[in-house]
Amino acid sequence: MKAVITVIGKDSVGIIATVSAECAKYGVNIIDITQSVIQDYFAMIMLVEIDNMNTNFGNFKAELEGVGKEKNLDIRVMHEDIFNTMHRI
Amino acid sequence: MLNTNDILETINMIRQENLDIRTITMGISLLDCISDDQKRLETKIYDKITKSAKDLVATALELERTYGIPIINKRVSVTPISLVGADFGPEEYVRLAGVLEKAANELGINFIGGFGALVQKGMTKGAKNLIEAIPEALSTTTKVCSSVNVASTKVGINMDAVKRMGEIMRETAILTKDQDSIGCAKLVVFANIPEDNPFMAGAMHGMGESDTVINVGVSGPGVVASAIKREGFCDFSRLADTIKKTAFKITRVGQLIAYEASKRLNTPYGIIDLSLAPTPAVGDSVAHILENMGLEKCGTHGTTAALAMLNDAVKKGGVMASSHVGGLSGAFIPVSEDAGMISAAECGALTIEKLEAMTAVCSVGLDMIAVPGNTPASTLSGIIADEIAIGVINNKTTAVRLIPVIGKDVGESVEFGGLLGHAPIMPLNKYSSEEFIKRGGRIPAPIHSLRN
Repeated sequence: MKAVITVIGKDSVGIIATVSAECAKYGVNIIDITQSVIQDYFAMIMLVEIDNMNTNFGNFKAELEGVGKEKNLDIRVMHEDIFNTMHRI
Repeated sequence: MLNTNDILETINMIRQENLDIRTITMGISLLDCISDDQKRLETKIYDKITKSAKDLVATALELERTYGIPIINKRVSVTPISLVGADFGPEEYVRLAGVLEKAANELGINFIGGFGALVQKGMTKGAKNLIEAIPEALSTTTKVCSSVNVASTKVGINMDAVKRMGEIMRETAILTKDQDSIGCAKLVVFANIPEDNPFMAGAMHGMGESDTVINVGVSGPGVVASAIKREGFCDFSRLADTIKKTAFKITRVGQLIAYEASKRLNTPYGIIDLSLAPTPAVGDSVAHILENMGLEKCGTHGTTAALAMLNDAVKKGGVMASSHVGGLSGAFIPVSEDAGMISAAECGALTIEKLEAMTAVCSVGLDMIAVPGNTPASTLSGIIADEIAIGVINNKTTAVRLIPVIGKDVGESVEFGGLLGHAPIMPLNKYSSEEFIKRGGRIPAPIHSLRN
């Protein structure tokens, strides 16, 4: 199963490092990373594989969202199917 | 590989444009609970509901976590209680409402719908007694919602029921006068009631439904409003196209959630209701969609045309996105629950007469409108009759949810709180409908009901 991690907010040093470290900690494999600035927001998108994750989805999500709150970033972890369903026929 | 813009578009819809799944509603048939023993009936109803929907809230929370989309309400709809209680008296019906409330509390759901009756042609003893019980049932519970179908295109309008429902509305307002007559927010009078609607206060589980079913209501007026704004000045063909594409995307999310909920709860998937349901939150308003189309204020000339196009485009976009579309599906136009409608009503741009015209092309009817507390029951019945006639003649669902706020008059406003919002008391026509309503009997079905 794949999930999409999105990080939206003001740019600062070490965002990718922090999020990648969390992924490594929980055995989440990063497949792809893109970064862009849209509508005044810094946005990073990570596609990750979570089949071998060493925790459950809810914990991983809560952990990353916690990190986001500390750093004043909006971090979301969502199952890839919501995007596939909405944008693919 | 997913496209970055697509991902950001979805995130933006949720983050800034209030896209959400408004409700996952489990329909539960209570027909197998019927018993001539009141105690036994109560136990069976409580057990059936709490057993069937025991995982509803947990599953909704799990889906919310997995897909990152807020699921605002978890609800249950049941077989119209008048069919289950049969010939019980009004007091027994009030007790059944208490049982529904208890089951709703046990499950942790937001609302339970179906304390209602189908009386479009005539009233059984059970239906009559249930209707008698509505004011007390709604004033002694907080989660129980009541709907009464008084007409259909096929059979016409039961004017005795219309008369009675005006009185019931007034009695409910009086019994809940300490809370600004909030009981009336849980009571709705229908024509052509859909049997699979997941939205309150009109949700019920129809006679032709399976034992249990999952129906999902999606929302997202903010998403449509933003899409129109982004499109800028364009002609109506392009505008309709923009709405269609947006409605498609919104409905796809609903389809995904409905499919997953049905799988995880091991319950058949019923329908997606692709209604644009506003909330009082900024950026979640149907009125603002209409205003983004170029109307200075919702309610001005052109509003009915704008709403007609919106309602139709939403359906066209949504119908391709889902395998089964049902319920009400379209655009809701409640007053107190929509920041743009509230503002339009406050400045006088939006009147009850204009709202009535708008209901001819929206998905439901006169909704969440606060009216003076001294409005006679016959005037309420007159409003119901007008609205129901629009539904019957135009072969569509219409409904009336008015709140005669006891002790308040035009110039004052009322605060319901939460999703119910606030509203100015709207002025009504001062002339009487009493002699008209007194006639009783049935308004015959329109000629186009004879389609066989």
